[in-house]
Amino acid sequence: MQTFSFDPVEMPPAAATLREEAREFLKEHNASRKPLDRAQSWSGADPEFSRKMGAQGWIGMVWPKKYGGQERTSFERYVMLEEMLVAGAPVGAHWIADRQSGPLLLNFGTEEQRQKYLPPVTRGEMFYCIGMSEPDSGSDLASVRTKATKVDGGYLINGRKIWTSNADKAHTMIALFRTRTNEQNRHDGLSQFVVDLRDSNGNDLKEKNGIFVRPISSMLGEKHFNEVTFEDAFLPDTALVGSEHNGWSQVMAELAFERSGPERYLSSIQLVIQMIKALKDSPSPQGYTAIGRLVAHLVTLRQMSVSVAGKLNAGEDPALEGSIVKDLGAIFEQEIPTIAQQIFSVEPTLGDGSDLEQVLGFLIQNSVSYSLRGGTREILRGIIARGLGLR
Amino acid sequence: MSDIRKMLAETVNRLLADIVTTEMLVDAEQGIWPKELWQAVEENGLTMPLVSSDNGGVGCTWLDAMVVMHGAGHYSAPIPLAETILATWLLDQAGIQPPMGPLSIASGSESQALQFHQESDTWHVSGVAKRVPWGGQVEQIVVTGMSEGKLRVGLVKQGNFGVENSQNMAREPRDTLTFDNALVSMTGIANGLPENAVSVYGSLLRSIQIGGALERTLSESVLYANDRTQFGKPIGKFQAVQQNLAQLADEVAAVGAASTAACAAIDLAFSSKEEVDSLFRIAAAKARASEAAGKASSIAHQAHGAFGFTYEHILHFSTRRLWSWRAEYGSGDFWAEMLGRRVVEIGADQLWVHLTATD
Ligand SMILES: Cc1cc2nc3c(=O)[nH]c(=O)nc-3n(C[C@H](O)[C@H](O)[C@H](O)COP(=O)(O)OP(=O)(O)OC[C@H]3O[C@@H](n4cnc5c(N)ncnc54)[C@H](O)[C@@H]3O)c2cc1C
Repeated sequence: MQTFSFDPVEMPPAAATLREEAREFLKEHNASRKPLDRAQSWSGADPEFSRKMGAQGWIGMVWPKKYGGQERTSFERYVMLEEMLVAGAPVGAHWIADRQSGPLLLNFGTEEQRQKYLPPVTRGEMFYCIGMSEPDSGSDLASVRTKATKVDGGYLINGRKIWTSNADKAHTMIALFRTRTNEQNRHDGLSQFVVDLRDSNGNDLKEKNGIFVRPISSMLGEKHFNEVTFEDAFLPDTALVGSEHNGWSQVMAELAFERSGPERYLSSIQLVIQMIKALKDSPSPQGYTAIGRLVAHLVTLRQMSVSVAGKLNAGEDPALEGSIVKDLGAIFEQEIPTIAQQIFSVEPTLGDGSDLEQVLGFLIQNSVSYSLRGGTREILRGIIARGLGLR
Repeated sequence: MSDIRKMLAETVNRLLADIVTTEMLVDAEQGIWPKELWQAVEENGLTMPLVSSDNGGVGCTWLDAMVVMHGAGHYSAPIPLAETILATWLLDQAGIQPPMGPLSIASGSESQALQFHQESDTWHVSGVAKRVPWGGQVEQIVVTGMSEGKLRVGLVKQGNFGVENSQNMAREPRDTLTFDNALVSMTGIANGLPENAVSVYGSLLRSIQIGGALERTLSESVLYANDRTQFGKPIGKFQAVQQNLAQLADEVAAVGAASTAACAAIDLAFSSKEEVDSLFRIAAAKARASEAAGKASSIAHQAHGAFGFTYEHILHFSTRRLWSWRAEYGSGDFWAEMLGRRVVEIGADQLWVHLTATD
């Protein structure tokens, strides 16, 4: 049995300083945001807010200075994410680039790609989306079929991506396509590409390049994700990220960044905040017990998530630990609405009623997706079982 | 991990893996004191890691000492090792050099605290303390009570109080001790410790031990699932079993982290000039650990089938402890309610500030 460890971590002093700066900034730029909007957490997007963060040097802050970064430690970035999430700041526009696309390009991109695609991200001017899932490829990502056929000077793309968050607004997509078929090994023959969807002025490039985006309403009625169809879309050779046919291992490395961050347990934090306020007004022993229990989980998850950040900072590969954090984090995020309904007699509403009712109405619905996005609960538990030596 | 922590972990795990046999556990349930086990942990310096150099100790941190208690929980060590660590620390906090030998701790109940009184130049204690771990077997008991608004810590020798034997569900001794003007051989004031220190830190011992016992149920379950074959393959190859054991691993990980957070907060509270709310994290740890104890025990038993339901199989030595420990020194709900009250007092807007203040 492989053992996992969640060692205590000491944050560097710079992290505490930055935390104070972030709080000051949020007081100025986020104070008037309504609880319901805050509850959107990292899916709430506001390009204007992203530009303000960019001006502070807070996007891509761990990246090398020559690409617009600040060469901060990953703990400082971690603290920044925490403060933004707890405040419910609209960080969604730049989130994906900061978390995974930027690091991907730093790891595998060409110098030319880094020069072109990273600095605008740090300024909060270039937003990304991720084209991995397809109608027939969800958990079984290796079954991706959208094809990149080699032609003179580049590739022709045909096929369909789905659930692509922010594809309608993003400037850039990091996409996973099939560059060859290998009957023996499905993991072979996948490649990653960087796809321009908008130019630097924000003008749409998609349709003229054979890329068609259709928004898909979520059950909340929001247009968060999209279907993206490629019809003979041409990508130059320079769009290939990393090595051809080797996309699978790159994607696996990319997903490891995705699993243990504070966004994996803080997505329902606004409801916890509303519950504490409500309990103050109408105290009850059951209420205290329920809130205390939730805060015990919160404290624990934070300890775990910070510990994984420590491992990432030390260059370790905490795949098992990260999956544990995400599994527990989603359970936590999802049970909060139910508990809120148990201890307060409130009805969930849509945009009217008290803040508690509104946030509840949003999160009851939205939280079902928290154990799907970024790897389903069952897939994560499969990873954990493998770590335990059962697979 | 610090070097000392690594060394302690290595020592406790090596010793206990070696000495704590099923036979010893069975004997201990019949009230037989495992003398050689106690000797081994004492000779290897595991019984008073928290005692400062002023009082003849090595002054380890709670994070260091945690690995010893964790090991005790993992191997179901049938001795008051965690209790002795706490008892010696309480003595140390009161400026008393702790004696060798097994110790336990007693404080009476919340409504009926032990009462200290002075007669000329000797101190005495009166009152009843229920469910004291190994109360009738240890050589001395560390008692606590209030005197002049501060926590008084004293040492009482076996023989100076009445003992009524009982056990918890895991058949660990949990005795009722009656102090009737019992002679206190040494005593001092522990500044900086709260009135309910025994219950607060006792709950942390149990959270840490629960973490150890959970780890054992996980490793036993994985071992068993890879070994037991049904339908032509090890049951661990079935996805349903895998998914359950993954959740068991989640719980193990969470409890370890929760106790780690609590120990780190205590260490900070004792090393920092600023006020640190370690009680917040201690309460969180017990709430989290108690919840995990139930969930994890049922997963482990489910994976073990009927074999795990027998006395012969070792699983129950861990799970019966888990069910007992989650209730001792305050149930999960007890601490959750306390924490909830504290959270409301802190306020929704300050909660996060409070949580990050100990970084
Ligand atoms: C809000 C949201 C945003 C998203 N954003 C993006 C995005 O930006 N880009 C992108 O590429 N994708 C995105 N996704 C897609 C996401 O990655 C997929 O939903 C996820 O990978 C699961 O795929 P699926 O929905 O097709 O479910 P399926 O894979 O069809 O799974 C359905 C159910 O079957 C279970 N299951 C599947 N295989 C197994 C197995 N082997 N063993 C046991 N159980 C199994 C799953 O756990 C799940 O419970 C997003 C999804 C959501 C909900």
